[in-house]
Order: sequence, then structure tokens, then C-alpha cells
Amino acid sequence: MEYVKPRFIDCGEAALSVEFGEGVDPAINARVLTLDARLRAAPPQGLRETTPTYRALLLRYEPLEISRGALVAAVEGLLAPGGIEEKPSRPALRWTIPCCYDPAFAEDIDEAAALLGRAAPSLARLHAGADYRAYMYGFAPGWCYLGGLPQELAIPRRASPRGPTPQGAVLIGGALALIAANPMPTGWYVIGRTPERMFAPRRDPPFLAAPGDAVGFEPIDADTFLALDARAAAGEIVARRDPLQ
Amino acid sequence: MSARLLVEAAGPGVTMQDEGRFGLSRYGVTPAGPMDLGAYLAATKAAGAESAIEVSLGGAAFLAEGTPLRVAVAGGEFDVRLDGRRLPSACLVALAPGARLTLRAGASGAWCYVAVGGRLDVAPVLGSRATHARSGLGSKPLAAGDAPPIADAAAPPPEPLALIAPWLAPDDAPIRLLLGPQADYFAHDEIERFLNARWRIGARSDRMAYRLEGPAIRHARGHDIVSDGVAMGAIQIPGDGAPLALMADRQPTGGYPKIATVIGADLGRLAQRRPGDGLSFRAVSWDEAVAARRDYFAAIEAGAICAPLPAHVTTESLLAENLVGGVVNARD
Repeated sequence: MEYVKPRFIDCGEAALSVEFGEGVDPAINARVLTLDARLRAAPPQGLRETTPTYRALLLRYEPLEISRGALVAAVEGLLAPGGIEEKPSRPALRWTIPCCYDPAFAEDIDEAAALLGRAAPSLARLHAGADYRAYMYGFAPGWCYLGGLPQELAIPRRASPRGPTPQGAVLIGGALALIAANPMPTGWYVIGRTPERMFAPRRDPPFLAAPGDAVGFEPIDADTFLALDARAAAGEIVARRDPLQ
Repeated sequence: MSARLLVEAAGPGVTMQDEGRFGLSRYGVTPAGPMDLGAYLAATKAAGAESAIEVSLGGAAFLAEGTPLRVAVAGGEFDVRLDGRRLPSACLVALAPGARLTLRAGASGAWCYVAVGGRLDVAPVLGSRATHARSGLGSKPLAAGDAPPIADAAAPPPEPLALIAPWLAPDDAPIRLLLGPQADYFAHDEIERFLNARWRIGARSDRMAYRLEGPAIRHARGHDIVSDGVAMGAIQIPGDGAPLALMADRQPTGGYPKIATVIGADLGRLAQRRPGDGLSFRAVSWDEAVAARRDYFAAIEAGAICAPLPAHVTTESLLAENLVGGVVNARD
């Protein structure tokens, strides 16, 4: 549920959370990203960094340069009708991420399918057929959290984490989907794997999808995975990018 | 021969740090950076450095190679020795080629910084030389045999000097914090319980989080929140009610309620508490936190005062030299 007015919440004296609502919701997230874009286009003196998440924008600031009151006033000015128009660093994109659902790569797909009471190929079809939105990154570099998971695939997270994910794991957990970068233990289910590197520190750009971008999955077989994986390892971007209308 | 700082020995958790890898939290990147920013800045300013080696309780030993190095040490009260000679735990020395600088856990404190005048000539990753071991960004933790090159080595001081930096003095005053961002997930008497308890730093504490042992803190509204951004010093209460103070290597976002956030001026004091050390908290207002921040950073900006070695250290060091001499004589 979206708040009528955003809440301003102190996170210590040098960070302020601007919260727009309860829950994971595209309209609330859009407000977070609009404020983020406006602040980045015209950062007030003393603002150091912004961190967008599902429903809140965290502002890290130097209170010896800008008071809390002045920062709140600057944010309210940007949120007001006729506030400064954002100039996004690039237009939003639609990413098509190649994803292999072969159980040899999708380590937990049979387990997740059994829990959801359907066959693995049907789980894969539902997952690949949906339109997602990149809400935020978190947990580890390049771990991209996606809204838009079909309700039929909502699955309680594991009571205790599984071992480290494979590189490029595609996961589901709760009502969300996730594309992972580096291997980490997780309570989510690995239902696919992409050869794309969501994070490559020495590639330009190091990260692909930005929060707010649209994301879809294109099923690929094991041979295609291996061929694309070799190209991605050499630094190529193997996901497809299209302008978002 | 170009200048290098040879790591002769290193306990676990000896890492390269600069102020941190900022600007990429939106992509899930942890800033890392020093656990005790005030100690890091005392060392780097005295040495004339842009990065430092952070030494943990496991200690470390270093040798200079190629040229005498200007080395500043600052942090907790570590046992710091130059070729066996005891020095103040914050000091500025010349490390001549072949001379050995050793740091061991001392009377108190958990982290100590070794800064070399010039530049640690290590390529930055995503704009920073800070090590974040969990995500593999920055250099690997340092181990015996590593020898980071030093570019533009600065002139070392003729004599070892003590660094007087009052903000490094250990004290047992309560750690100050601001309540929130999710104090409303806790009933009033649970917040009182949190503020009135005497806490102990748990054994499984590290650069990511300090575990606080004490009473369980109960949630009034469940322990799941929609994940949001996490500031350093946030005190998160997970489902089991045992608080975690989130430190330099924290994940940039988290999904547990954060009852309070330690103020910037006290983050270093919290970081220097060791497993087993006690601590308590005191809630302050935003204005008090900013006033403390102003004083803290003004002192750091002015820098540590370089002073001749105090007399008691000289006596101790003579003793240490005699002991070392005795060992050498015995071997002869």
C-alpha cells in the first residue's frame, strides 16, 4: 500500500530512508526510482549516495554539510508536482536473459516443481513466459531481485540455506525471482542458470540491468548454454537489450 | 630495487583498506573500508597515504624492502615493536630495509592500521582498493610472502615518534545510538530492555557483523521487513532476538528490523571492542549525534600530534632491547 506522503526515517545521523509504502509493488518502486533519478540529476550539496530498494530510497549524506531538515525539504521539492524533471543516465531497457532449465544446470528445479505440485517443464514454461521488473540489487554484487513471478510459482524459502549457488543461478523464493552473480549460500531455489554475467568487475559496464528495467527469460538448451558461457567468459554480453517502450 | 612492504607473517583478517568502495550500493556492492575510520585516518594522515593495511587480533609482521619506508601505526592498544623494541601503539617510524615491524593484540582493541607513506601500488577494483573478502572484490586478505609495492615512498622520520590521537583512547562510556529505522517494530519495554542491558561481543564477530550477547529482544510486529538499505552501525534484530551490529562488510540491504543505529562518532569505539568485551548503549538525539560527529571529525582533521617517545615507553623498550640482546647473546 502506497503512503499518501513519504515517511522520512533516520538511519543514524548520516543516512535517511525515504519510504513510499508497504510491500513489494511496481507503483511504489516506481516512486522510489523517480526520486532516485531526480536526486542523481540534481544532487543537493552533502548527498553522498542513494540506494534504491523495493519501497524506500536510502540517502547517505554528510550532516556537517546539509542538515536533515534541508535534505527533507530538498526531497519534498523534488517530489512536488513540477519538481525538477529527471534526466535518466539512459532510457530504461528490456533485457532478455538466456536461461537453461535443464536439471543438470537447474539444480533445484525438480525439488521446487515437486513442492509446487507440477512437472519441471511446466515450471520452466511458466517462469520463462512471465514479464519481470528489476526492483533492486542486494545481498551480493549483481544479485538482481525481480518482481513479476507468476503466483503459481510462489514458494516458501528454505528453512535453512542450501550450499553455494552456481555462477549465474536463476532462482525463485517467496513471491520473487532473482538472478544471481557469484556463488553464495541461499534459502532460494535454483530453477535455471544463465550464461550471462550480471556482474563482471572488469567489464564496461560491470553491471547490466538497472533497477526499473524490464527483464524476460529465453529458454536455451545445454549446448547453447555452454556456447554462450564461453562467449560471456570472454567478456561478451550475451543477453539481448532492447529499448523499453 | 623498488620499494615493497613484505608481509612476513599475517594472522587471519589482515586486509588492504581505503575509505571504501562507494557509489555502487545500488548494484549490491558492499562499501567495505576500515572498521575504525578514525584510527585509519590517524594512520594514513600521519604517513601520507591513501590506503592502509588493517591488522586484526591475529597480528602481523612486516619488513621493508628496497628503501626505508615511512610507516604510521594507529588503532587499538596493540603491542607494536620495531626490531623487538616496544613502541607506543600509535606511532610513526622509519622502517629500514630488513627491519621488522610486528603488531600483536595488546591491552585492548581489535583493529590496527599500518599506513605506508606514498602509495600502495595495487590496482583499484571498481574505484577502490578496499578488500571485501566475501564478494572477492579488492586484494585477497594478505598472507605471509605478499609484498605490495610502494610507489612514491615518502621520507621517513629520523626517530620513532608517538602519535597522540585522543579519539583513539579506549573508554567504557556507553556507545551512543539513534533509535530506528525500525524501532516501531519493538514495544516500548523491549526498547528499554535493549538500552538498559549490559551486552557482550560474541565470539563469532567479524568485519561483517558483531554479535551482541545478552537478553533476547522480542519483536512486536514479526521479524520480516521488506528489504531496505543498511547503514554501517545498524543494529538488526533477527528472528532469534540476538542483536547483530552491522559493520564495514555488511550486506548493502537487509530484511530484518533494525532497532537502532550507532552514531558515526562511536562506530570506531564499537569496532575496537573484542569478543568477550562488554558494552552498553545510550540513545541520543540527531542534534547530539551531529555535535559529536563535528567534534570527532574536527579532531581527526587536525591530525594526530607527533611527539617524542614517552619516558615509560623508553624504559620498557630498553628492557625489551636488553631481553632481545640476551636472546641474541644466548644464540651466539
